[in-house]
Amino acid sequence: MLEVRDLECVRGDHRLFSGLNFCLQAGELLYLRGSNGSGKTSLLRTVCGLLEPSEGEVLWRGKNIRVQRDEYNAELTYLGHLNGAKGELTAFENLRLSCALSGAAVSAETVYEALERIGLGGREDLPMQVLSQGQKRRVALARLLLSRAALWVLDEPFTALDVGAVGQLAALIEGHLQKGGMAMFTTHQLVEIGAGAVQEINLDKVAA
Amino acid sequence: MSEGGLFTAWRAMLVRDLTLAMRRRADVLTSLFFFIIVVSLFPLGVSPEMAMLRGIAPGVIWVAALLATMLSLGRMFSDDHQDGSLEQMLLLPQSLSVLVLGKVLAHWVVSGMPLVLLSPLLGMQLGLAADAIGLLMLTLLLGTPVLSLIGAIGAALTLGVRGGGVLVSLLVLPLYIPVLIFGTGAVDASLGGMDYEGHLSLLGAFLVIALLSTPLATAAALRISVE
Repeated sequence: MLEVRDLECVRGDHRLFSGLNFCLQAGELLYLRGSNGSGKTSLLRTVCGLLEPSEGEVLWRGKNIRVQRDEYNAELTYLGHLNGAKGELTAFENLRLSCALSGAAVSAETVYEALERIGLGGREDLPMQVLSQGQKRRVALARLLLSRAALWVLDEPFTALDVGAVGQLAALIEGHLQKGGMAMFTTHQLVEIGAGAVQEINLDKVAA
Repeated sequence: MSEGGLFTAWRAMLVRDLTLAMRRRADVLTSLFFFIIVVSLFPLGVSPEMAMLRGIAPGVIWVAALLATMLSLGRMFSDDHQDGSLEQMLLLPQSLSVLVLGKVLAHWVVSGMPLVLLSPLLGMQLGLAADAIGLLMLTLLLGTPVLSLIGAIGAALTLGVRGGGVLVSLLVLPLYIPVLIFGTGAVDASLGGMDYEGHLSLLGAFLVIALLSTPLATAAALRISVE
């Protein structure tokens, strides 16, 4: 499904990694490790197509993602460091508009239900800017609940979350994998995700 | 993605940006007041004589409109860039240029259309006759969307660049010159009793060309800026 071939990433004058190969099949989880600055975020952004690789290619269903951007994006959900939500809009508006932007208009009940499940019940109609860091993160995570994408690319998804939410997100990723989805994520926390096939790549050990 | 999905996304983009503008009214009002103040400075600085003011009125109002548009360009993508919405926008399964068109339309409704609506008041202040004011409004109606469309390219190219605001002016103002020439030219021609339809046709042509080509350039610039 997702295949990365001979990938090299250069930021400025610094080569972060090169000759990176991996393959992710349905139901598999990729756990990306590495110290700060080892290129985890750059790798995830390259896999999403936000960064052009300096060498190598990213293939989705056997085709380079550059030649099928819209089709690939339809099957991809990316959660970056930034939440991608507007401080002036409420949690409800943010989630509903982000669904509409991906082309799938969802009903108000579905959105309220997703926010309730992610633990934001009663705070749906507050502007995002008055929410705490963890609550903002939850609004971003609520997108995963409504996502029908096959590939989840999560950059430090557990940051700012409390213990309960960490468990909930881990369960959410497990459920996604059981349904045949794929996920890649980075974290510095110890999180147990009981998935069938877990691959691990340590970028500190990949040649620069 | 189906066409319905694309339209849903386009409308969501428009609704989102208009809602944000409603909640940040101060931003919108500053560039409007800037427009009014710049125009009002001319009678004080140049001459209070009506004949003189009438002659320079189209040019003054048009230049003030260009500058007011410049002021609001910086906001078009920079907030989205800072909070990560832009990344998400690039990863949508929709044509990026169509979404950009939604954003530019929202920008025009918020910062271009008010200029068109305010221009009669400022025209009267500078002593323009009613038919000249009508024509001035028409040229602004055709021209200000072009300003937003071209400005979007500059705003996208200078994302995340330090001193981006000034850089945008240097990039974009030269490109505004044709719009300025034909916008003021139409009103000047009518004041001089000449035919102005050619000017209007050219402004219309600029608008069509800008509508078709600039969203593609803006989309490409956004992809480069996010890297």
